Amino acid sequence: MKTINSLESVSIRAAARARTAVLPLAELNPADPQGFVDDTVGYVFERLRREDPVHRSHSPIPGIDAYWSVTRYRDIMQVDTSHNIYSSEDGITLMDFPPGDEQKLQMFIAMDPPKHDEQRKAVSSIVAPANLNNWQDLIRQRTGRVLDSLPRNETFNWVDLVSIELTTYMLATLLDFPVEDRRLLTHWSDISTANKLTNPDAPEPEVRMAELRKMLQYFTRLWNERINAPPRTDLISMLAHGPATRNMGPAQFMGNLVLLIVGGNDTTRNSMTGGLLALHDHPQEMAKLRADPGLVDSLVPEIIRWQTPLAYMRRTALVDTELGGKQIRRGDKLAMWYLSGNRDESAIPEPNHFIVDRERPRQHLSFGFGIHRCVGNRLAELQLKILWEELLRRFEAIEVVGEPTRVRSSFVRGFSHLPVRIPA
Amino acid sequence: MPKVTFNGFSGGTHTVEVPPGTTLMRAATDNRVPGIDGDCGGNCACATCHVYVDPDWSDRVGARTATEEDMLNLVPDLRGNSRLACQITLTDALNGLVIGLPESQH
Repeated sequence: MKTINSLESVSIRAAARARTAVLPLAELNPADPQGFVDDTVGYVFERLRREDPVHRSHSPIPGIDAYWSVTRYRDIMQVDTSHNIYSSEDGITLMDFPPGDEQKLQMFIAMDPPKHDEQRKAVSSIVAPANLNNWQDLIRQRTGRVLDSLPRNETFNWVDLVSIELTTYMLATLLDFPVEDRRLLTHWSDISTANKLTNPDAPEPEVRMAELRKMLQYFTRLWNERINAPPRTDLISMLAHGPATRNMGPAQFMGNLVLLIVGGNDTTRNSMTGGLLALHDHPQEMAKLRADPGLVDSLVPEIIRWQTPLAYMRRTALVDTELGGKQIRRGDKLAMWYLSGNRDESAIPEPNHFIVDRERPRQHLSFGFGIHRCVGNRLAELQLKILWEELLRRFEAIEVVGEPTRVRSSFVRGFSHLPVRIPA
Repeated sequence: MPKVTFNGFSGGTHTVEVPPGTTLMRAATDNRVPGIDGDCGGNCACATCHVYVDPDWSDRVGARTATEEDMLNLVPDLRGNSRLACQITLTDALNGLVIGLPESQH
C-alpha cells in the first residue's frame, strides 16, 4: 500500500515546487519552518545545490536574520571539520539570544576546545561501543515489552506509543531516572527546544523558563543523591563524579542535561517514525528487508540519512574566510544543512532513493563530522537496530493509514503524529 | 603489495594484502576487518578508525597530523601509539605492519 497522499497535500507540494523554481534566488530561505511542516524544503535545497550552493539567506524571523546556507556535502564536511575557523560557541541553532539572556544554556555541543573536549569526554564513555553491550539486553527486553503492548486492528499514533515511548525509556535507563516519571523527560525535551519566535504554539518564554527550573530542581535532587553515593555507571553519577564535570555550575549542569535529553530524544524518536514511513513509501525495499532481515545493519544508517532528524547545525565564523567561492566575514553565521548534503548527488549515489542495501550507507552527514560528531551515534543505531529486528520478527504487516503531521521547526526535523494500524 | 596484520581487542587476527597507496582504513574496510568503520570515508572526521601502531613500526609510520590530534583527543582509549587509520597510507616500506584495535571499537 502506498502512502495516502491527500489531494490537498499533493497540491501544496506541487505549488511549493513551482513557486521555488521561479523565486529570485535571494528570496530562498530554507529556515522557513513552513517548508518543514509541508515537507517541501527539499525543493529549495535542490535549487540551491545546483545554482548557489553557499547561499546568503535571509529570514524574516528576528534573531535569525541573515545567515549562510551551506548545502553541498563537501562544503558541509569542510565547515564541520574546521572548528578553528567555524566556532560553536555562539550556539548551534540559527536563533541568536540577546547577550546575557538566561535562555543561553551552557552545553558542550556549543563550546570550542579545550572546554568542549573535557566535558564531552566525561560522558562519551557511557555511550561508547564497548559499553553498549551492557545495555543491549535491557534495550531489547524493553523494546519487546513496548511492542507487545501495541493495540491490534486499531489505529494508533506511532509517534506516541512507539517512538516517544522507546526513546524516553532508554533515556530514563541511561540517566537512572525514575521510570514512572519518564514522560517528564519528553516534556522537558520539548520545552527546551520550544521557541515562540518560530512556533506560535510554543509556550511563553516565562512559562518555558519556569518549566526548565523545575527540571533543574528535579535533577539537582538526583545529582545530590548520586554525589553522596559511590560512583555508578549512569550518566548523572558520571557527571557528579567526573573530574571535568563535578564542579559545574547550575547553568552548565542544566545545559549538558538538556543536550543529552534533546540529543537522545528528539533525534532517535524521529528516525523511529521516519524509518517506518520510508519503508511504507518504498514497498520494494520493505520486501527486500522481509526477505533478508540481515539487511537491518544497512537499513539503520540509511534511515538516519533519509530522515536527517537534525536538519542543520549552526557555526559562526571566527575570522574572514572563503567558502565555495563566497567571502565569509568574521561573525557571520552559517547553517550546515545536513538534510541537503544527504541528498547531494555529487557525494551520494541516487540520493533521492531510499535503498536498504546501499553500498556505503554510513557515509551520511546526519551525525555531523569533526569534533562535535554525535556522541551517542552508536547508541542511536543500536536502538534502531533492535527496534527493526523486533518489529520484523513480530508483525507481518504494519500499515501507515494516513498522513504524518510534521513538527514546525527547521532544526528538529520530526513528526508529532503518524496513524498506524497493525492487523491482528 | 604491502601486507598488514590487525590484532582484534579480544583476540582474532586478520592479515590483508592491498595495493600500495591504499590507506590503512580502506585496507580494513574493503576486507571487512571488524572494529574499523570509517564512517567519514577517510576525511579524518569521525575517529571510527582508531588503531594502535605496533611500537616497532612507529618511526616508519610517522606522526599524527594536527587534525588527527584533535579527533584522537575525543576517543575514550587514547594511547601514545594511537593513530587514525585513514591518515596512514600503505607503501611497500610498511610491508608487515602490525596494528592493534582499541576496546571501544570492538
